Amino acid sequence: MTPLLQVEGLEVTYRATGGQIHALRGVDLEVAPGEVVAVVGESGSGKSTLAQAVVGLLPANGAVSAGSIRLARGRGAAGGGGAGGGAGDGGGAAAVDAGDELTALSEKQLRAVRGARIGLIPQDPTVSLNPVQKIGTQVAEALRVHGLADRRGSRIRAVELLERAGLPEPQVRAGQYPHELSGGMRQRVLIAIAIAADPVLLIADEPTSALDATVARRILDHLDALRAETGSALLLITHDLAVAADRADRIVVMSGSRSVDAPLGADARSADAPLGADARSADAPLGGRIVEQGPVQEILHRARDPYTRALIGAAPGLSATAAVPPPPPREPDAAPIAEVRNLVKEFRLPRVNGRRATLRAVDDISFTVGRGETLALVGESGSGKSTTARLLLRLADPTSGEVLFDGDDITRARGDTWRRLRRRAQLIYQNPYASLDPRFTVEEVITEPLRAFGVGSDAEQRQRAAELTERVALSSSVLPRRPVELSGGQRQRVAVARALALSPDLVVCDEPVSALDVSVQAQVLELLGELQAGSGLSYLFISHDLAVVRRIAHRVGVMRDGRLLELRPTEELFDDPREDYTRELLAAIAGRARTEVVGG
Amino acid sequence: MTTDVLLPAEGTVPGAAVAVPVPATPRERLARLGRFLRGRPGLVVSIVFVALVLVAAFVPSVLAPGDPTLGVPADKLQAPGLGHVLGTDYLGRDVYTRVVHGASLSLQATVIAVAVALVVGGLIGLLAGFVGRWVDETLMRFVDVLLAIPAILLSLALITALGFGTVKVAIAVGIASVANFARVMRAETLRVRRSTYVEAARSVGTRWYVTLRRHVLPNAAGPVLVLAVLEFGLAILAVSSLSFLGYGAPPPAPEWGSLVAEGRNYLATAWWLCAMPGFAIAATVLSVNRISRALDGEWARFS
Amino acid sequence: MAVYLLRRVALAVGVLWAAYTVSFVVLYLLPGDPVATMAAGGSDGEPVSPAQLDALRARYGLDQPLITQYGTKLWAALHGDFGTSFATGRDVRGAIGDALPPTLQIALSGLLVAIVFGSAVALVATYTRVRWLRQVLMGLPSLAVSLPVFWVGLMLVQLFSFRLGLLPSVGARGPEALVLPAITLGLPTGALIAQVLAKSMSQVLDEPYVTTARAKGVGEAGVHLRHALGNAVIPALTVLGYVVGNLLAGSVVVETVFTRPGLGRLTVSSVGVQDIPVVQGIVVFAALVFVLVNLVVDLVYPVLDPRITTGAAV
Repeated sequence: MTPLLQVEGLEVTYRATGGQIHALRGVDLEVAPGEVVAVVGESGSGKSTLAQAVVGLLPANGAVSAGSIRLARGRGAAGGGGAGGGAGDGGGAAAVDAGDELTALSEKQLRAVRGARIGLIPQDPTVSLNPVQKIGTQVAEALRVHGLADRRGSRIRAVELLERAGLPEPQVRAGQYPHELSGGMRQRVLIAIAIAADPVLLIADEPTSALDATVARRILDHLDALRAETGSALLLITHDLAVAADRADRIVVMSGSRSVDAPLGADARSADAPLGADARSADAPLGGRIVEQGPVQEILHRARDPYTRALIGAAPGLSATAAVPPPPPREPDAAPIAEVRNLVKEFRLPRVNGRRATLRAVDDISFTVGRGETLALVGESGSGKSTTARLLLRLADPTSGEVLFDGDDITRARGDTWRRLRRRAQLIYQNPYASLDPRFTVEEVITEPLRAFGVGSDAEQRQRAAELTERVALSSSVLPRRPVELSGGQRQRVAVARALALSPDLVVCDEPVSALDVSVQAQVLELLGELQAGSGLSYLFISHDLAVVRRIAHRVGVMRDGRLLELRPTEELFDDPREDYTRELLAAIAGRARTEVVGG
Repeated sequence: MTTDVLLPAEGTVPGAAVAVPVPATPRERLARLGRFLRGRPGLVVSIVFVALVLVAAFVPSVLAPGDPTLGVPADKLQAPGLGHVLGTDYLGRDVYTRVVHGASLSLQATVIAVAVALVVGGLIGLLAGFVGRWVDETLMRFVDVLLAIPAILLSLALITALGFGTVKVAIAVGIASVANFARVMRAETLRVRRSTYVEAARSVGTRWYVTLRRHVLPNAAGPVLVLAVLEFGLAILAVSSLSFLGYGAPPPAPEWGSLVAEGRNYLATAWWLCAMPGFAIAATVLSVNRISRALDGEWARFS
Repeated sequence: MAVYLLRRVALAVGVLWAAYTVSFVVLYLLPGDPVATMAAGGSDGEPVSPAQLDALRARYGLDQPLITQYGTKLWAALHGDFGTSFATGRDVRGAIGDALPPTLQIALSGLLVAIVFGSAVALVATYTRVRWLRQVLMGLPSLAVSLPVFWVGLMLVQLFSFRLGLLPSVGARGPEALVLPAITLGLPTGALIAQVLAKSMSQVLDEPYVTTARAKGVGEAGVHLRHALGNAVIPALTVLGYVVGNLLAGSVVVETVFTRPGLGRLTVSSVGVQDIPVVQGIVVFAALVFVLVNLVVDLVYPVLDPRITTGAAV
């Protein structure tokens, strides 16, 4: 069968100050009619660039410098000319029989391809719709620019399309503005726009990474169903190998330059080594390229490339059953290090129409964190898990309830008592790009807690900083550097070192790995586990990602709308969830469909 | 986390994102500066011009050894030429000499104006942003009021109360631009104060005054200083407008604005009397603005 | 919606009161003896006896304690009475009213010039793919705001009136006399509009929803006009109050350059003789205009941005 989309030797370069950057190097790729091909890669692998190049929407400073992108006319052997005929209406000049060479088309000819023959589903639905236009108008426009409907007809068709995309009450939604819809609903609107002109190829660029897991699963399911109906092919761009494994027929693994963050090689530690003189030269951008591609089962079971194997190993969803559960806490019977009782936090909402509402962000929560234990709180955005962590640390004041630390009631701690707590409980933030002062050197960052409490002389503080960098597996040569010179994984290690500086009893980790690439995630989780084993630290681990939690937590609490639904040992919760919501969360873990195969 | 947009907000490039070359030695830094300037001839001209203006302001006799107030009636109203590069005025005074010596008063006034605005506005903004709550609310309402009155009218009201003269004009111009500094300083302070690294500092037990000194001030200062350079250009314009209207130094002291005003009566016949001092103002403002743009991120983005 | 408007009106009244107070503090509290200046100006340098000064002070209520003066004057101002001019003895409101029409003429024509010039530059600069044209257009605004207004006016007069003899150099008679002042006044303001709009446009054009539109197959003109402009205008509107205030203030210089009557000339002459009531009247009037323009902008906002009316965007 002739391929629908054929990419050969594609090279994309960006103009930048100081020369050109190769974003893609020699990419070859085929998508057959009706096929789902997933392009998987970490940040910097060029996977989004590939999507942009295919639709001809590269940023202004980027250009295809070599290679070809051919798009067959019609639906290949099966579909015939019927459905694809619509494409010709927009710009008759683009008629080539053997398929169109997209890189050779003029801007005007490309416009007739975009939307009509290739539909794009963008990444973040919350910013991808025009905020000042009604939903219906935006969907209708996709039909009108290709002359597929007149003003009235397009309005009616728009409502139909919204319904097909699975949007409830499409008639009402069509008259609303984007901000009145939830993220998931907006993504359905964008799907309606993408399928409006019945394109032969859909390109979805991380279509669900901005959405909660349960919403993401429903949307991907719906997209599968729609695609089965229309027979269009799908090029799915994702960072999540597990999502790709669930949804695709074939997987294409891409990799960027072998940066310091890359997980490759047997020794993760040396991979994360600080930049030496040679690292600098080795890091001249190589550009994204395809390391391996093939049918899903083949990639998952018989991956040839070490990079692919490392990715599979690091993907939390895929290897969940294979992951080694954390060793049990050292002193399971000792008194808990921290405890919260009937914790409530209310926020006053801004007045709406004169009425003042309150939001119960945390609603009657009680739990304990044992010594040497990792307790995880999981939940989707808005479930109150981060607020709970802040209340426990007393960085926010509870509306009611009690917080106990090492047996002492610290609910109303002020002044010196409050400051003493800072020595014993620390916080690691989600985003290592934001939590380090850009003007500080790594050494200043790590010694800041020591300075705050006047621990030791300058020399002793420096000595301690060097020890700590070693403990988090960084070379001491990072000490004089500034955060901007470090990779994401290195920065998070620095943040861990800062948290450990005062030898705390409890470390609260607020989504500590969700801003990192999958392979780096695995390394940081491993580090956290090792530190616990070494010193009997307790962790309160906040995450939205059940797959990550499974790797590190002894006990897991599931939160929703401020309430703690169930709190049980990890294995028990995963094997036998009691709450429907927990089951839904577990089902939404991408990669579940194929984990058995990989694990076994 | 999930994007791999090629040129992310930080302006770095994938791959290169982890290996930003660090200009380790002064020599490398100098080389970088050289490359930066080579691609920007306009910036080089601006820097040279501002340097010349500064020389004119402090040691005018280096550039123009003559006496700016000494007229040779026989030479009056001569067009620009070999004898007098920028011509002569109605009393036969050399326009070039007067423009060079005028830089002194004009720049003095500008420096005072910017200093007043920077100090007063910066303190208001810092206080509002760092303390927050009702202090912020009150101070910012006050700043809103200052913004509601056009700057030149506010300056004129101040001059009405204070009286005429270069320093008074400068103070009036400075007070009128307090609002801009207060707003930028407040926005920056707020941005930094709400940043995760400040919360992190607090959560490891750092005291508030240490946080203010070590985190907030250094991180908030940059944009405010860039604004100061930009306001320098605006202040030159405001000061010269007011001295054009006749509120500055009394004649015969040369000042750029009043030189243009003096030339006005001879506009039909001796265009250079108006044109030349005006050129000096425009060129200075343009140069200063160019430099401020270079400081405002252009240098940081350059690699 | 009603709450939104009421809040805005209350805020506007607050700003006006504060502007009155600030101008009162500046003009009456700062050192300087307006009566002495006034008396000196009025009697051509003849010495004035202290008794005469006291009489003058009593006449203008300047012998009262400041807080009493403030109360009385604010109360009068609330009734539209801004006192009488020290210099001419005229009613301040009448003086401003008389000076207003010629200033409105140049301000409005200046606004027209500014909007046409500003939006044309911004739109063409963001639309064109011709690199040099874009660079030239993007450079125009920063050039225009760097030129002293009075100098631009004089140079235009030199060129168009004296060299080419096309337009009158001074005065306020006939529409031709309006051309040069309007350009002089509109140029820097237009440059400001161009800068704000161009920045806003290029930000909006980087938004993901613009990519969505392009991916639908919408052409460049459609992307710019149907999607980008509607969003870009919203932040640009916030400067409108500032722009109109600028035009009013610009009349001070422009009317002097072109020797036209109007509010600007009134300001200049009043400042010259420390005519405090008139200066204060003009300052409060400018604040009033600023506040009114912003109220109108607030009314227009919900029409342009649906996120405000439905209250979801908090």
